[in-house]
Amino acid sequence: MNILLAAILKVVGVYAFVGANAFVLIWLERKVSAYIQRRYGPLRVGGPAGIFQSAADILKLLAKEDFVPGGADRWLWVLAPVVSVLPAVLVYLVLPVGRTFTLQNLNIGLLFFASVTSFTLLGIFMAGWGSNNKYSLLGAMRAGAQLFSYEIPLILSTIGVVLLSGSLQLQTIVSAQTQHGWFVFEQIIGFIVFFVASLAELNRTPFDLSEGESELVAGYFTEYSGMRWAMFAIAEYSNLFTTSALAVALFFGGWHGPWLPGWVWFLLKSYILVFVGMWIRWTLPRVRIDQLMDLGWKFLFPLSVANILGTAFVLMVR
Amino acid sequence: MAEQAVVVAGPDGDGQLMTINMGPQHPSTHGVLRLIVTLDGEVVVRVVPDIGYLHRNFEKIVEGWAYPGIVPFSDRNDYLAAIANEVAVCLAVEKLTDIEVPPRAVYLRVLFSELQRILSHILFYGTFGMDLGAFSPFMYAFRERELGYTLMEKATGARMLYAYNRLGGLRNDVSEPWLRELEGYLDYLERQAWPEYMGLLIDNQIYRERTIGVGKLTPEQAIAWGASGPVLRATGVPWDVRKSAPYLCYDRLEFDVPVGKNGDTYDSAMVRMLEIKQSARLIRQVLRLLPDGPVLAKVRPTVKPRAGEYYSRVESPRGEVGVYLVSDGSSRPYRLKWRAPSFCHLQLVPAMSEGWKLADLVAAVGSLDVIMGEVDR
Repeated sequence: MNILLAAILKVVGVYAFVGANAFVLIWLERKVSAYIQRRYGPLRVGGPAGIFQSAADILKLLAKEDFVPGGADRWLWVLAPVVSVLPAVLVYLVLPVGRTFTLQNLNIGLLFFASVTSFTLLGIFMAGWGSNNKYSLLGAMRAGAQLFSYEIPLILSTIGVVLLSGSLQLQTIVSAQTQHGWFVFEQIIGFIVFFVASLAELNRTPFDLSEGESELVAGYFTEYSGMRWAMFAIAEYSNLFTTSALAVALFFGGWHGPWLPGWVWFLLKSYILVFVGMWIRWTLPRVRIDQLMDLGWKFLFPLSVANILGTAFVLMVR
Repeated sequence: MAEQAVVVAGPDGDGQLMTINMGPQHPSTHGVLRLIVTLDGEVVVRVVPDIGYLHRNFEKIVEGWAYPGIVPFSDRNDYLAAIANEVAVCLAVEKLTDIEVPPRAVYLRVLFSELQRILSHILFYGTFGMDLGAFSPFMYAFRERELGYTLMEKATGARMLYAYNRLGGLRNDVSEPWLRELEGYLDYLERQAWPEYMGLLIDNQIYRERTIGVGKLTPEQAIAWGASGPVLRATGVPWDVRKSAPYLCYDRLEFDVPVGKNGDTYDSAMVRMLEIKQSARLIRQVLRLLPDGPVLAKVRPTVKPRAGEYYSRVESPRGEVGVYLVSDGSSRPYRLKWRAPSFCHLQLVPAMSEGWKLADLVAAVGSLDVIMGEVDR
């Protein structure tokens, strides 16, 4: 009974966090973009700095007509947002939030993370194919090529950390850093590759080709509106947080930090990385599909392999 | 324009083509342009621009209108360079009516044409950045554009469609404080905004990768298709109506004509960025040389040009705007043909983008800076 209760609490907690996270990040993105573009951003909805703008957004989306485009593959179309939210929620299972606080401290935490996030592609593909819209299809195809290409450097770039800490368990990786020092210093190449690849994984500028507005209207979710669209947005912002959180766990010592409780450090570091992602998004233009592929296969992939070999060599010599 | 059923084997040879409609409602088509794009994967195999969604029948309507009424209507052609349109019409009618425009009005026409050019190029910078996926430059461009339009509003009473030129001069004079304000705006623009623009977009590595070599035109191609303005100058041809066939008082002012080398989208954007500086230089000279006197000549209420024809041309921000006016001696034009640079430039889209990626098509169309109001008239 206790186990069941704990499981229910965990599930509710994760969903509550996903919701709250999207709530905060949508507001933050508006404010950050406004700050970068010398605007004010939301000001009027709910108290200072428009902090309830996200609530207004969500209410608006809820009130919209539930619309299925004619000619859409109904099942694929309806299921696609759900399928893309699922991996976004599942990855919270292994995040090492605090010293003793992980929902499920899996032995293969890192592997679990990598394998679950690759499911994101499924939702995007279902949306792109099911919409019966050429822009959606193009967006999904781009996303397919992009996510597949960047999955590889993303995973390879973490192997250096695995070699240093000797574990795939995220909690162990973090505790290794409390003694050893943050891995970002030794694994700076790994971190750069990881960060660039994760921007591509998240479909964010400069790699937002699958939803590139000026080319593909809105890419794979062109036909979506209302709550179904909101689910894509929630998944996107959840992924943004979890990927940053993974980077923090792997390279920035996770919950490790003085004075404050561990989970505060963990959230703080994660949100700083999220901010950096937003900063990049609102600064850079978009790359082209062939440049994207070149960057992935000809630069990041060899670099991450070299990083693994270099790390292994240093460990062997030591 | 009907889509012709031609099956073209794509570069990868599988013949699996997809035709998509970009526009008339699409985030990147600058108004109501429709591009019928045939894609082979990401590669543009064929692109057919389809126009006519903004047709207002300008040329035929004005045949029934008295001359003074044509000037405000011409604003609507290239709505981002309304002054250039007005000047083109006024020059033609004034020539055939032998109206002597007061020198102050001539200088002020140059001043407003150049201010308009600055504002138009700033907007180009913003929209071109947006076409390439960078949204923030757009907001920065609009910051200066807003200041500029406020200046225009103070002088002319309107923000976009001014109806400021009259046959024989300008509607009203500008005040001394306004001229000082304009000078302050130019200082700000050159010292602060322009370097910021360069840093924000033009010097960015991704931007350079996206634009250098993309949408390349040879000088021969550009001339053959009737290109003019920055698109032609980007290919290295130093053709500028202000220099080559001076009108107003451009022959008395000093300025350079920036030219590109490669004729790609990077050069075409760069030419526009440099022209902002040249326009500021021109305005400064006008501020120094501006003579006193009236701004509107005495013109009879009914303007009746002598029978004959005249082609007036001006350098609008987009290129050569030409007005071919045929008069039969009555108070209405017998025929008024409008040469719109955007119309010629739009024909370059297939030459610039076929065989390139879809994203390059967007960049090519963006770099041409077409205004649909001018294309369809």
